[in-house]
Amino acid sequence: MRLDYVLSEVGSGLRRNLTMTVAVILTVAISLTFLGVAWLMRAQISTTKDFWYGNIEVSVFLAPNVSQPERDAIRDTLTQLPQVEYAHYVSKDEAYQRAKVLFKGSPALLRNVHPGVLPESYLVKLHDPHKYPIVASAVQTMPGVDEVVTASGQLKKLFRFVDGIQFAALVVAGVVLLAAVLLIFNTVRVAAFNRRRETGIMRLVGASMLFIQGPFVLEVSTAGLMGAAFSLGLVSLIKVVFIDHGIASLAPSVTPYIGWGTVFATFPWLALLGILLSAVTSVLTLQRYLRV
Amino acid sequence: MIRLRGVTKLYPSSARPALEDVTVEIEKGEFVFLVGQSGSGKSTFLRLVLKEEKPTTGSIWVAGKELARLSHWKVPALRRQIGTVFQDFRLLPTKTVRENVAFALEVIGKPRHTVAKVVPEVLQLVGLAGKEERMPDELSGGEQQRVAIARAFVNRPMILLADEPTGNLDPSTSIGIMRLLDRINRTGTTVVMATHDSHIVDSMRRRVIELDNGHVTRDQSRGVYGYVN
Repeated sequence: MRLDYVLSEVGSGLRRNLTMTVAVILTVAISLTFLGVAWLMRAQISTTKDFWYGNIEVSVFLAPNVSQPERDAIRDTLTQLPQVEYAHYVSKDEAYQRAKVLFKGSPALLRNVHPGVLPESYLVKLHDPHKYPIVASAVQTMPGVDEVVTASGQLKKLFRFVDGIQFAALVVAGVVLLAAVLLIFNTVRVAAFNRRRETGIMRLVGASMLFIQGPFVLEVSTAGLMGAAFSLGLVSLIKVVFIDHGIASLAPSVTPYIGWGTVFATFPWLALLGILLSAVTSVLTLQRYLRV
Repeated sequence: MIRLRGVTKLYPSSARPALEDVTVEIEKGEFVFLVGQSGSGKSTFLRLVLKEEKPTTGSIWVAGKELARLSHWKVPALRRQIGTVFQDFRLLPTKTVRENVAFALEVIGKPRHTVAKVVPEVLQLVGLAGKEERMPDELSGGEQQRVAIARAFVNRPMILLADEPTGNLDPSTSIGIMRLLDRINRTGTTVVMATHDSHIVDSMRRRVIELDNGHVTRDQSRGVYGYVN
């Protein structure tokens, strides 16, 4: 195998088809970026779920005019439920202290919170967060109970929203991926046509399939790899802009955010996908347009 | 070296077979003219030997191999034993004479030092020493055909197929090309040449196989172009 020959063919092929090559690089980059973003969103959702379900607490807010017997009755009901791990009483004062910790990153929010404004509540920890409705229905109608709120109820709405965005990202990734495949297909077809003299002679003098098709496949795979490299940069940029300087700085303590480890974990897969996508597409195209 | 037995080739787009029940045997080292009008089946004959086409029925042996039994990935190895020359030369216009010939070796993975040694030898053989760095469009038709022959012969094939190699050349240039093919034949290479050129066939006095509408109508060991009893 004459590697120098194959490599020089790849180089000149990429230059000859510069516009097509750039188009392939860009579409591969964009489609892989959307895939990467969908991946990061999934990772973020699962991180958030772990955090919230790990700390799942049902808050039973008490009415402002609740009496001591009512407080005790509510506590007894809660602690007697088998689903409940513990029920912790949060006084108005403690609620204020907790709020100060929770919103320490958001001074604007904190300005409107004063001791005594926040209602007292029972913070209920469940063995199984999914059993939340049983607990809610047991205490909801008791006198002295204002509202039963669970983090998971709020989160579910959020998750549905993020799931929607993730699905949209996947759809866009799929559409652009299809465009990338069609572009690669066309690029290879044009390249095979442009070099039909050379490949015709190669066939005639008995060059192997690897020698005839190799440069085409390598050429497009190189473009695919470049596209993948671009997408790695874009995915990193999105993490910095939308997470580090976006939601993480606006709401730092609502949930832990994904770190660089998660981002780096996507890199090998995106690169592999970029290469495979272009290699497989070009091999299939050559089978149709380059007889050996 | 080349053996066809009961070979019929019917192209899907045509009702009449391009070759019909052709049985021919060509020995190692022979020089054979394949003559006949356009459409008589000469090119189909050559394409079948190269395994560019499959016969509809019948079997073909080339260099000891039955082509129907030859797997797809062994076809390149078969073609390395066959050199091919065409009427239209088929040189690469962006490569020099030397590069055109070297190309045939590079794409079958020959090492650089072999290419550097063998290419000048074969260019010497075909009479193009001193023109190695010319581009094809700077050469006459006869010289271009010599480059094509050098490329076909550089890997020392056992068989040389020539499809109307003098079809685009004037008579005196054609004679030079025929001398060259004769010289290559004397090295032991089997030469099969499809041609229209009656002067050449008559002057060479070699074996002549005549095709007419896909049938072998004549096979003479020291024949001429036209039929003489």
